[in-house]
Amino acid sequence: MGLLDKKFHDSNIIVVSLEKALNWARKSSLWYMQFGLACCAIEMMATAASRYDFDRFGVIPRSSPRQADVMIVAGTVTLKMAGRIKRLYHQMAEPRYVISMGSCSNCGGPYWEHGYHVLKGVDRVVPVDVYIPGCPPRPESLLQGFLHLRDKIMNEKLPVGLDASHPVVIEDHGDEDIRVRPASETEEHKKAQIAFPQQDVTRKKEGA
Amino acid sequence: MKNPNELHQNPNELHQNPNELHKNPNELHKNPNELHKNPNELHQLLSERFGEEHFEFHQDEKAEPWIVVSAGILKDVAKYLRDEPGLEFDTLMCLSGVHYHKEEQLGVTYHLDSTSMKHKLILKVLMPQEDARLPSVEQIWKAADWHEREAYDMFGIRFEGHPDHRRILCPDDWEGYPLRKDYQVQPYYQGMKVEY
Repeated sequence: MGLLDKKFHDSNIIVVSLEKALNWARKSSLWYMQFGLACCAIEMMATAASRYDFDRFGVIPRSSPRQADVMIVAGTVTLKMAGRIKRLYHQMAEPRYVISMGSCSNCGGPYWEHGYHVLKGVDRVVPVDVYIPGCPPRPESLLQGFLHLRDKIMNEKLPVGLDASHPVVIEDHGDEDIRVRPASETEEHKKAQIAFPQQDVTRKKEGA
Repeated sequence: MKNPNELHQNPNELHQNPNELHKNPNELHKNPNELHKNPNELHQLLSERFGEEHFEFHQDEKAEPWIVVSAGILKDVAKYLRDEPGLEFDTLMCLSGVHYHKEEQLGVTYHLDSTSMKHKLILKVLMPQEDARLPSVEQIWKAADWHEREAYDMFGIRFEGHPDHRRILCPDDWEGYPLRKDYQVQPYYQGMKVEY
């Protein structure tokens, strides 16, 4: 091994890059949001039960979007539901991931032509990380999807060249169009300056 | 060793003749009070009570007979059918909307059942497509509540007197009535493209 080999008395210390440690932590406890939309949800439940046992990958259901890391869109996304899904997605804390499970949520599935009420793919409202084909996919497929997501998370990089004392806003305009802007230049920041000026002054006095 | 043929009895001796075991189903399910009425008799009764001009009796070999009722007296007919001793239609089994595209008419079909009298009746009401309104029977059969909301949601039939007259399946801001034959889906719903 390298320079640090056998330099520690405590054998429980592992030396690793922060990036890798964070990614490892993230991928090892993917809590998914507990909700299902149609028959895919039955397969999702089967995957979570003892025979396929999601828990061996640290994947457990969580009933609140605030505490969930990944959303499995398991089933047909109706237009009525699409708005709710979008809201739930935005209620999740970052980093957040979306798995589109089954043909319906991938592209509309059997409803692609005559389903007037079905959203033709959940990726029209939220960004999707992994698509799982099938109608519905077998539990093995869902597990495979999670393994792909784990690989994806392990390849994530920390942002380079950012200064923590000057927060930035990352604006995602879809596809490759992602811009970084100082937070002080955003409309929300300017509005907040007008709406709560006193609060800002007090916070500045306190050294914020 | 015994002869195997002796070991086993003849199966025909063991089992009774099935015809003896099971009675004729027609005998088993006989109506206990013999009071139940067929649609023809019901049509007669209704015509005597409300006048012949309000009812049309239809029968063909494909479906069970049905009676077309004029929309104006629907509620009185429904109340009469439920409350009259000897009729006692206590159950609305189904209420469905229908679009008769060629005739430019909308219809509602009522499937009624009497659990005490063990008879059934099919009522139909027709109305023009442009002005599809009908008295609600929600106050007579509670089951009509959601059925009427569904018929409104899918066909745009308005049920006057319904206590909660909203769409039931589609979102409240949905445009059009999806089960009409000439339905054209809206291109966008809340900014989301509907077509593939």
